[in-house]
Amino acid sequence: MTPADDFASIVRLEGVQKYFGAVHALRDIDLSIGRNEIVGLIGDNGAGKSTLIKVMTGVLEPTAGRIFVREREIQPGEYSVRMAHDLSIETVYQDKSLAEKQPLWRNFFVGRQIVNRLGFIDIKREKAVARKILIDTIGFRGAGVTVDSTVANLSGGERQGIAIGRAMHYNADLIVLDEPTAALGVAEVRKVVEFVRRIKQSGRACIYIEHNLAHVHEVADRLVVLDRGRVVSEISPKDMTVAELTEYLIALQDKA
Amino acid sequence: MAQRSGASILQRFEALPIILVFVLLLLLFMYRAPEVFLAPYIYTTFLSTLPPLILLATGLTFVIGAGEIDLSFPSIIAFSGFVFAVLFKEYNLGWIAVIAGLASGILVGFVNGLIIAKVGIPSFMTTLGTQFFWAGMATVLSGGKSYALRGVEKSSVWQVIVGRPFASASTAWLQEASIQALWTAIIVGFLWLILNRHRFGEHTLFIGDSNDVSRVVGIDVDREKIKIFTLMGFLAACAAIMLTLENKNFFGDQGQGYLLTAIASVLIGGTSIFGGQATIIGTLFGCFIIGMVEAGLVAAGLTGAWVRTVQGLIFLIAIIFYMYADEPQRRRALFANLKSFGRLGGIRTSEEGGVRR
Repeated sequence: MTPADDFASIVRLEGVQKYFGAVHALRDIDLSIGRNEIVGLIGDNGAGKSTLIKVMTGVLEPTAGRIFVREREIQPGEYSVRMAHDLSIETVYQDKSLAEKQPLWRNFFVGRQIVNRLGFIDIKREKAVARKILIDTIGFRGAGVTVDSTVANLSGGERQGIAIGRAMHYNADLIVLDEPTAALGVAEVRKVVEFVRRIKQSGRACIYIEHNLAHVHEVADRLVVLDRGRVVSEISPKDMTVAELTEYLIALQDKA
Repeated sequence: MAQRSGASILQRFEALPIILVFVLLLLLFMYRAPEVFLAPYIYTTFLSTLPPLILLATGLTFVIGAGEIDLSFPSIIAFSGFVFAVLFKEYNLGWIAVIAGLASGILVGFVNGLIIAKVGIPSFMTTLGTQFFWAGMATVLSGGKSYALRGVEKSSVWQVIVGRPFASASTAWLQEASIQALWTAIIVGFLWLILNRHRFGEHTLFIGDSNDVSRVVGIDVDREKIKIFTLMGFLAACAAIMLTLENKNFFGDQGQGYLLTAIASVLIGGTSIFGGQATIIGTLFGCFIIGMVEAGLVAAGLTGAWVRTVQGLIFLIAIIFYMYADEPQRRRALFANLKSFGRLGGIRTSEEGGVRR
């Protein structure tokens, strides 16, 4: 392998299987996420989308199969969320990225706090950096939101903005978004779609799980269709309109 | 909307409401029973009676802050107290008995944590079970006997842990001031730092907020839970050794009275029963209130039977207060209800009345 394609893919899965007890949640997944592309992951409820990204980002251990990050194989059992962070992979989960009762500055740094050798947190520095993320990366200005605000007081769109902004701050090469527009109003969906565009403009890759086909069709470079734990097809949005895509997915379910 | 921009007064001064309630109660008792509450003796007595409660409640602040519960600490007090007492008295092991007592508490807490985190049984059930198990073990091993530690006050163990450093002072109340208050203050101060400034404290609160969020941000939830219950075991063992030395006696049910008072102290202090929010200062004042009510009611001429009743009442009022103070939605709903109730009944709420006048 030449050094040039060392980093051809950021994450690559080979023959990944995941069982929950007797349930076969992921079957023979082969999937590669390249640099600088937005991959839309679509499929019905229970198709395995969330399980797939959890395996990819170190939350769940696959039952079998191999995971490569930048073409380097990760040993089974060794992969974790922390390791994914270290390998600059960030995930924004629907409703699960921020802790409700905690202030924003703690939410920005939890899991990788700025600490001294004894593990005590440098609160002043964390707050200062959090303030910078809030204003520079996310662009909240005078919206009544400060680093001391608790998440519970934010709107759905603000929460997604915070979670995505946090992921961007950590200079991730790959940002995984799990239904970031679920339960958002029209204007807030616009903001999130803008965020996704900015991810690509800044030269990063993104995996985008989305129920709303119009949104994902609008921003994705490639659509990966999942059905009952299997990757059934990969589609370029240029080759299919949203209407055709909808037809295709309905036909897929009718086959069952 | 004022709440969005940063901390309200309630949030900025940790445990402010409960400190005010404490001061009010103290003034009330000073007024009702001046001969007790305006004299120094009761306060020096608190220095030796409150530390076990405070240590237990501080540990529970972590446990409850993490959204869990521990019901087994009274039996840790029995078991660790037994381990300490038997090694100290029957085998004359001195400081080794102290270390063994602490180790037994740490072990019991660790086992609690393992069952909760790794087997996945809810903490309520796990610790209900281990409460019976370790209390039973203590009774079986001790044969139901109590151990009187006669002459213990001459040992260095007693002197260092629960000694009276001012015993030779000329003022009577100062002679009774007990060193265990100092150890307790140091431990509680250190744990305040841990909860508010250390990674472990932050993880505790995030776990209490949501296990799912904690996992996806990279917290090792299982490991942190095991640590939390181990800490609780250690603190219960500290309380057990202090109690045994202070009483100069070990008896099997010496921990039983602490179950509800310790949990009540934590919740009165403002730690959320739903987890995610915890305050050690609040817990400390919760302990003061629980301890003061006990002494104060008796001093004010009520019988001991009233103590639990009043403690229960304070507990309920505190829980209801925090529910409305912490959750804006509930508060708004309550005010809306009051308003519509006011209109229906022809009673004006203060807001409406103010406008018309």
